[in-house]
Amino acid sequence: MALLEIENLVVEFQTAAGPFRAVNGVSMKVHEREVLAIVGESGSGKSVSMLAAMGLLPWTAKVTADKLTFNGRDLLGMSANERRKIIGKDIAMIFQEPIASLNPCFTVGFQIEEVLRIHMGLDKAGRRKRAIELFEAVGIPDPAERLGHFPHQMSGGQCQRVMIAIAIACNPKLLIADEPTTALDVTIQKQILDLLMKLQAEHKMGLIMITHNMGVVAETADRVVVQYKGRKMEEADVLTLFENPKSNYTRALLAALPDNATGDRLPTISELFVDEGAAQ
Amino acid sequence: MSVILEARNLVRDYHIPGGLIKKAKTVHALKGVSFSVEQGKTLAIVGESGCGKSTLGRILTLIDPATSGELLIEGKKIDIAKGDMTPEMRRKVQIVFQNPYGSLNPRQKIGDILMEPLVINTDTPADERRDRAMTMLKKVGLTDLHFNRYPHMFSGGQRQRIAIARALMLNPKLLVLDEPVSALDLSVQAQVLNLLADLQDELKLTYVFISHDLSVVRYIADDVMVMYFGEAVEYGSRDEVFADPKHSYTRTLFAATPRADVESIKARLAKKKQAA
Repeated sequence: MALLEIENLVVEFQTAAGPFRAVNGVSMKVHEREVLAIVGESGSGKSVSMLAAMGLLPWTAKVTADKLTFNGRDLLGMSANERRKIIGKDIAMIFQEPIASLNPCFTVGFQIEEVLRIHMGLDKAGRRKRAIELFEAVGIPDPAERLGHFPHQMSGGQCQRVMIAIAIACNPKLLIADEPTTALDVTIQKQILDLLMKLQAEHKMGLIMITHNMGVVAETADRVVVQYKGRKMEEADVLTLFENPKSNYTRALLAALPDNATGDRLPTISELFVDEGAAQ
Repeated sequence: MSVILEARNLVRDYHIPGGLIKKAKTVHALKGVSFSVEQGKTLAIVGESGCGKSTLGRILTLIDPATSGELLIEGKKIDIAKGDMTPEMRRKVQIVFQNPYGSLNPRQKIGDILMEPLVINTDTPADERRDRAMTMLKKVGLTDLHFNRYPHMFSGGQRQRIAIARALMLNPKLLVLDEPVSALDLSVQAQVLNLLADLQDELKLTYVFISHDLSVVRYIADDVMVMYFGEAVEYGSRDEVFADPKHSYTRTLFAATPRADVESIKARLAKKKQAA
């Protein structure tokens, strides 16, 4: 059975100019132990569809779907209280800006223990022990000392490690990483990606990587969903996508990679790809 | 070919003053960097955050003085610590910043943003300023309709075009590009890189391109300098550096760059199957 199943998801925002459709009929499935990458430019609705699944969108958003289930349970129909028991525990998320997603007013130790207190019901000593274990698992040196530090005392890469530690604190079944390495240097990016892949294999998690970097997709994903302007353009396993892309948009995306440049100019997406859907 | 920019053994130290408890400290941000760039060429400076590439950018754009060493622009020695800078010298170097959302004043119209360098640095009359701003807008792929709009009405790629247009208003010889495409999407990145290449051909510009994305560097650079903790650990032509990296840090950097070719995907999937 699929871990997360989404069928015909539509997300609309109410704006002054009328409803704006950010996600337009997207379907996807994530299985256990699978790494799914969602690729697209900004505005393609890749983050919004995942936020909708987590129930994290503001009230102005209208979410409808034929099916939105996690582990067989309907996420749309359940009460906010019930959903909160799943989110943060069985589904966890890592965001793009590590420094902005941690609370600057509390120590990182407090923030990781908060998750353990709410979802796992551990006592004080147990929480501290588990927090140290988690910091060790994500490769933060001197974990006991580091628990007392504030986010501003750590580098971007270290903050992202803390975020990952918080996300995996309750052994989630599904981890959603929203552009986890976009704000980081290449060498740190490599370390974080390696760490995510190691944790995914060890904990047998499902992992959704939201990214616009084709290199990250090639290094991590099993299966790939390509999104453009709220619609799904293509879904394929990673090798097929790079070897033999079906949709014109994917082909244009791959051609725009500087790695694939032939001659002096880079082909741009607008030159290669005409949006058939927009003409309707 | 004439050498536009030459740096000889540039050093920059930052002194952090001490207090009652803390001791004064000196940070060596740049430890003796030398290079030269010819007209119409692109030098890429690569390195991770904290390696001194932005400090170098500040020195090249005459914002910060170097602690020691020599900086020559068009063969003329420049020392801003002495304070004898003429406007003509300052006009030769301009900079484009990383984040186009932060580098444009949200309360200024695009036209005013473009004309401001002329107001400050030259005594061009108002109608000529306007004409030159209009021409520049078209040159970077925008239209006169955009002249009276505010930055929030533009997408990230368009804003970066505006930032490039502003940098070009004073007809500089040298453009320092501080990670100009790292905040942009892949498709927009290609457009901006093409624009930079076109402008370089047309205006014979010299670029210093600061980046940590090696695939972009490989595409745009003529020469590459790799920096690590304030030192240039590798410096050579693009083909030399990419074909035969000498320093261990350069090799680490190459190994860390994600590869998007079919062979490396196949290798990864095979390894994963073995482990499972």
